[in-house]
Amino acid sequence: MRWNTDRPTTGWGRALRATSDVARPERAAQLDQALAPAVGNRRSYGDAALNDDGRVIDMTRLDRILSFDRATGEVEVEVGLTIGDLARVMAPQGWLPPVMPGTGFATIGGCIAMDVHGKNHHGAGSFGQHVTEITLIQASDRRRITPADTGIFAATVGGLGQTGIISRARLRLMPAKANIVTVTERRATGWDEHIALLDASQATYCVGWIDATATGHSLGRGILEEAETAAGLVPAPKASKKVPFDAPNFALSAPIVRAFNALYYRRVPEAGRTVVKPIQEFFFPLDRIHDWNRLYGKRGFHQFQCVVPVDQKDALREMLEAITRSGLASPLAVLKRMGPGRAGYMSFPMEGYTLAVDFPNRHAAVKLIERLEQMTVAAKGRLYLAKDSLATGDQIKAMYPDHALWADEAAKADPTGALQTDLTRRLDLRDMP
Amino acid sequence: MTDTWIILGATSAIARAFARTQAQSGCGLILCGRDFTDMEATAADARARGAAFVEVAAFDARQPETFAPILALTPGLSGMVNCAVFVGSMPEQGEMDADPALIEGCVTDSYTGPARFLTMLAPLMEQRGGGAIVGVGSVAGDRGRLGNYVYGSAKAGFATYLSGLRNRLARSGVHVMTVKPGPVDTAMTWGLPSMPFMTSPAGVVADILKGLKKQRNVIYTSGIWRIIMTVIRLVPEPIFKKMKI
Repeated sequence: MRWNTDRPTTGWGRALRATSDVARPERAAQLDQALAPAVGNRRSYGDAALNDDGRVIDMTRLDRILSFDRATGEVEVEVGLTIGDLARVMAPQGWLPPVMPGTGFATIGGCIAMDVHGKNHHGAGSFGQHVTEITLIQASDRRRITPADTGIFAATVGGLGQTGIISRARLRLMPAKANIVTVTERRATGWDEHIALLDASQATYCVGWIDATATGHSLGRGILEEAETAAGLVPAPKASKKVPFDAPNFALSAPIVRAFNALYYRRVPEAGRTVVKPIQEFFFPLDRIHDWNRLYGKRGFHQFQCVVPVDQKDALREMLEAITRSGLASPLAVLKRMGPGRAGYMSFPMEGYTLAVDFPNRHAAVKLIERLEQMTVAAKGRLYLAKDSLATGDQIKAMYPDHALWADEAAKADPTGALQTDLTRRLDLRDMP
Repeated sequence: MTDTWIILGATSAIARAFARTQAQSGCGLILCGRDFTDMEATAADARARGAAFVEVAAFDARQPETFAPILALTPGLSGMVNCAVFVGSMPEQGEMDADPALIEGCVTDSYTGPARFLTMLAPLMEQRGGGAIVGVGSVAGDRGRLGNYVYGSAKAGFATYLSGLRNRLARSGVHVMTVKPGPVDTAMTWGLPSMPFMTSPAGVVADILKGLKKQRNVIYTSGIWRIIMTVIRLVPEPIFKKMKI
């Protein structure tokens, strides 16, 4: 395995950076040669995939489907495979990944290590709940674990890659007569209506876009998207575009975002509408613009994502008020009802509401996010480690009650700390309480 | 009727990307190379993606006795038989300067081995009266340079061979396309100082598919290398011999 030395890398938000020696094996057997944090396409926003001054192993070239049972829909894959590629290959054959995060560029390894959720979390649960076997490479061991191996499995799913290099995974796909998605879009005119629509939704896939610049009566207004997969003639997906350079800082200034959001909101007629989309356009809307993170300019951005319990929706409303008052939000703001499904000690989901908002990396935004984090703690909610770049270790440990169990398993699986990342060091996660 | 691709050097990153596209369009694949563990994984991937069938066969450019068993797999095939050649090896020029015996291996891997295989395959394709051969050379073959002239000369030989084979097989409807990649982002170039106009394995494959569709004879990938190599070829030898590029 050759190491590409002193390679600058960033999280997806580009606010946190690292310089690492990076290997990118093309043969699976090479994985036995070194133990270092494994990374995929680095779609985690903060520092989960960074290891400054250390080594990382880029898994993206190990991306094959190793077996596929057409009768049961069980696949085994090399985890550098992206979720988007898996969906593209399987959809025409009548199967879909049961859980898909908001970007198709996330690798299966990343989906496991973050126990990601999708727009169907209220029904399907988290990604890890559909994983039936994981192959882990540890310092002196290569082992296969299943959900029956309770401790180590729960420490690996959502486990930030700290229990070994996840090299292969077996998962159950979901039968879906799917090459298109019918999406019903309707306006929610304000916070209460938005929440009510989310609560009442019976759809398999459901997500709300929030205009995080709207204030007063319109606070919390947005568009509710409910979707079902279906068979049909596939409208040709639009070609993806690239962002050729870092955008200037005013590109996402308050007046522009306000104007954009107002247009985006009115795009859907008052009476609502139903449209047909290719599956990737619904599940991975942002992937159509490659490198969209450059739109935030050189300084990058942060995403704040929290989940709060059902009875804390007023706390969430207060957070949204703080966000709209600040005038710092970008157009990307999402509200979702979450179910209880989670598969690991450090999994993010809990039954309740999750809010995700992007902010350009500015001093005022950092201050605002710190406040939102404190509000999340007070509301007994949780922050998502795939997005976080600003929380403190004490906050995170308070939010994740199983942290001690996880830290114990991680210490057994990786006694020398060879798999530590910038994230686990920043939050002291590997420290035993 | 199912078309088949024989893929020589099936463990290379470009070959894997190519196999994937052909599997997705429902072709049959015969993957040929040395690392069976790796090829079995690629074969499973191709099956999951919709390949009509996948066979894995031993191929070693330095062991011509491995050639005939591959050809023996073709007679029962229904559609056209095609062949894509992704083999070659690029030892450091410095190593070959120190140990000239290494030259033979480099030339066998990059030129004479695949040429011998294709010469054995040619009559079978003539008989079927169609199909395509994709031969991957290199921009390094366009002019001998200080940094890698043994590898370059092997690829130059292969390119000349392909041009002759094209001349021969065109008469029976077989298309031969020469592909000349510039630097490609693979294990071969990983960790080397950064190179200009680098393309990805998927980029090379996209260019190959476009070239096949348009029945191109020689393609450069990425395309800018056609211009760059034209300029490099035009530099007069008295000046070129003093250059270090």
